Amino acid sequence: MNDNTIEKEKQKIASAKKMRDIMTTYYIDAMTAKENNKLVAWITSGGPVEPLIAMDIIPVYPENHGAMIGASKMGEDFCIKAEEMGYNNDLCSYARADISCAIVKGGPIGGLPEPDMLICCNNICGTVLKWYEIQARFFNVPLFIFDTPVCHTEYSPEIAKYVRTQIDEYISFLEKVTKKSFDYDRMAEVGKISYQGQLLWRKVLNTTAHCPSPMTAFDAFFFLALIVTLRGTQTTVDFYKELLLEMEERIKNGIGIVPNEKYRLLWDNLPIWYQLKWLSSKFSDHDACLVADTYTSAWCSSLKYIDENNFLNSIAEGYTRIYLNIGVDQMADQVIEMIKFYDIDGFVMHSNRSCKPYSFGQLDIKRIVESKADIPVLMIEADMTDPRAFSQSQIETRIDAFMEIIQQGK
Amino acid sequence: MIFAGIDIGSITAKAAIIKENRLIGTHVIFTGYNTLTASQKVFEELLSKADISKDEVKTIIATGYGRNSVDYADKALTEIICHGAGAHFLNPEIRGIIDVGGQDSKAILLDNNGKVINFSMNDKCAAGTGRFLEVMARALELDLDRLGEISLKADAPTNISSICTVFAESEVISMIAKQEKRENIIAGIHESAAARIATLATKIKIKEPVMMTGGVAKNKGMVKALENRLNCKILVSKSAQENGAIGAAVLAARY
Repeated sequence: MNDNTIEKEKQKIASAKKMRDIMTTYYIDAMTAKENNKLVAWITSGGPVEPLIAMDIIPVYPENHGAMIGASKMGEDFCIKAEEMGYNNDLCSYARADISCAIVKGGPIGGLPEPDMLICCNNICGTVLKWYEIQARFFNVPLFIFDTPVCHTEYSPEIAKYVRTQIDEYISFLEKVTKKSFDYDRMAEVGKISYQGQLLWRKVLNTTAHCPSPMTAFDAFFFLALIVTLRGTQTTVDFYKELLLEMEERIKNGIGIVPNEKYRLLWDNLPIWYQLKWLSSKFSDHDACLVADTYTSAWCSSLKYIDENNFLNSIAEGYTRIYLNIGVDQMADQVIEMIKFYDIDGFVMHSNRSCKPYSFGQLDIKRIVESKADIPVLMIEADMTDPRAFSQSQIETRIDAFMEIIQQGK
Repeated sequence: MIFAGIDIGSITAKAAIIKENRLIGTHVIFTGYNTLTASQKVFEELLSKADISKDEVKTIIATGYGRNSVDYADKALTEIICHGAGAHFLNPEIRGIIDVGGQDSKAILLDNNGKVINFSMNDKCAAGTGRFLEVMARALELDLDRLGEISLKADAPTNISSICTVFAESEVISMIAKQEKRENIIAGIHESAAARIATLATKIKIKEPVMMTGGVAKNKGMVKALENRLNCKILVSKSAQENGAIGAAVLAARY
C-alpha cells in the first residue's frame, strides 16, 4: 500500500463494519420472527420502543426502511408506484415508499416482515396517524396510537397526565396482543439499558466538538440506526461503547475525518439519503466538515427528562418533548446551543419536502440564527427519499456560493 | 497586469478584461449547447477585440452555470460572488443586487465593503427569469428586445394568474385570442415575473441602493415593474449583462 492508500485506510471508521453486521442480524431476526415464535411490531421512529423490548417483541421501523430505500436509490420507483395507487406526491416519501413496498414487497431487503401489531406515536408528525391506519387495515392487525400533544413551551400537568395514562394503556394493549403479562422488573432493566444507550450516543456525538472532528454528520446518520431501532438492548450499549472508544482514539491521534478541516458546519433536518456520497465529497472538497446535526441528536435529547431509576414513570415527558414537538423558539434555542458547542461557521438547512414538522418554521429559525449567531445559513430544497425533488446543479451552486461567503469571512 | 472573467450562462456567454483596475473590454455571444467551445470563442473574440494576446492575461476566473467546463480558467467561482464583486466595482455604493439571467433569478445582499452576506435564488422554477420572457415574446411573435418599450405603453396590465411558465403561455395565447391589448398583456407578463423576483429580494431584506444585473436588466419594462413591486429605485449599468464576467475579472485580480 502506498502512503495515499494508508492515509485513506486510517481515515475510515473501523466500527462501520460491525454496525453493518449488527443491522443485518437484526433484520434477519425480524424476517425469521415467526419461525422463532416471536412477534413483530412496526413502530414510528419516535415511539416508545422499550416496552416492546421488555416483552421480547421485535421492533421494525418503516421509517428506517424508507431511509434504506432512499440510500439504495429505489425511492423514485416506490414513490411513483404509490402515486399510481392514488397517493399524492405531496405525501411524505417514507409513507409513499412504505405503502407501495408493502404491496410490491421489493426494496433493498425484499420488503419488511409483516407486522403482528402497529405502534404509532405522533410526536414526530400527524402523517403517521393515517399512514399507520392504512397499514393496520392492509395487514389486518391491531394498532396502538400514542398521542403526544404539541408542547410549544411548557409540559403542563394536563399533558403530563394525558400522556402518562397512555403508557398504561399501551402496556394493556401489549398484554392483550401477546397474551402475556407485562414484566415490570424486566421493564426497569430495559429502561436502564435504554438510558445507558442514549447517554453513550450523546457522548459519541459530542466527540465531534473536537477539531479536527473524528467523524462527520454523514457518519452519524449511518451509526444512528442502532439507537433508533434497538434502543433498550445490550447490543446497542456494547456497540456505542466501542464506537466511542474508536472516536476517542482518533481524537488522541489527531485523525480528522475531513483531511483538511477548515470550516465546521451544522446540518438541519433529515439527510438526503440518495445523495450522501455526493454531498459529503462536495463539502469535503471545500475543506468543510459537517460536524453535527439536529436530526441524530434527537435520540439523546430526552435524557434530561428521563429518570433511569424510574423509567416507566418518566418517559412520558421524554417522548413528548422531542425536537419536532416543541415550539420554533425552543428549536432555535437548541440550534444556537449547538452552534456554540460545536464552534460552527455555517448552518446548512435541508428544506425537506416530505417532512412538514421539520421544515415548517425553518425560515424563522434561519432568521433567528442569522441574527443571534451571526453566521451564514444556507437553505437547500430537496427530499429525503424522493430524488425527483433534488436538482443537483442548483444545489451545487448554492453550496459553492455559501462556502465562498464563509471563506471570505474567515 | 491583465485579468479576465468568463461567465458561461444558459443563454449567453460573457467575457470581461480588467487592466490596472480599469475595465478595458467586454464581449457577449450565445452559449449554444457546447459550453467549452462557447467559453473559448467568447474569450478569443474579446482578446482580439481588445488587441491582447492570451499570455498577457495573468489570471482567469470562470463563473456561471457552465463554470466547471472552462478548462483554461484558474478557478471557478459562483455567479453570486462574481455579481457581488462586479456590482461593487461598477458602483461601490451598491448594497443590493437583483440578477435576472436566462434561467436563474437571484437577490444578493452586500455589506458595506461590497462582500456578499446573503443570497436567495429561484428553485426548480424558471417563471420570473429570462426564459419566461423568451417564451412570452415567442407567443406574442415579438423580438425579445421590444418587450420592455411596449410594456411601458400599457394602461391596464392584464393579470396573469398561472404560476408556471408553460401554463402562462397558454393563458397569454387565450388573451391574444380575446383581443386584449398587446401592451397590457406584456405589462401583465412583466408584473408576473416581477412578483416572483421580488419575493427573493424581500426574503433577504434587500438594502438600497439596488442594482439590477443580468440580461433581463436591459428590459426597461422589467426594471419598472420591479421598482413598483419593491417600492425603491433600481439602478442599471450599461454593463448589466456582463456584470458577472466583470466581477469574475475583479476577483481574478485578487486571486
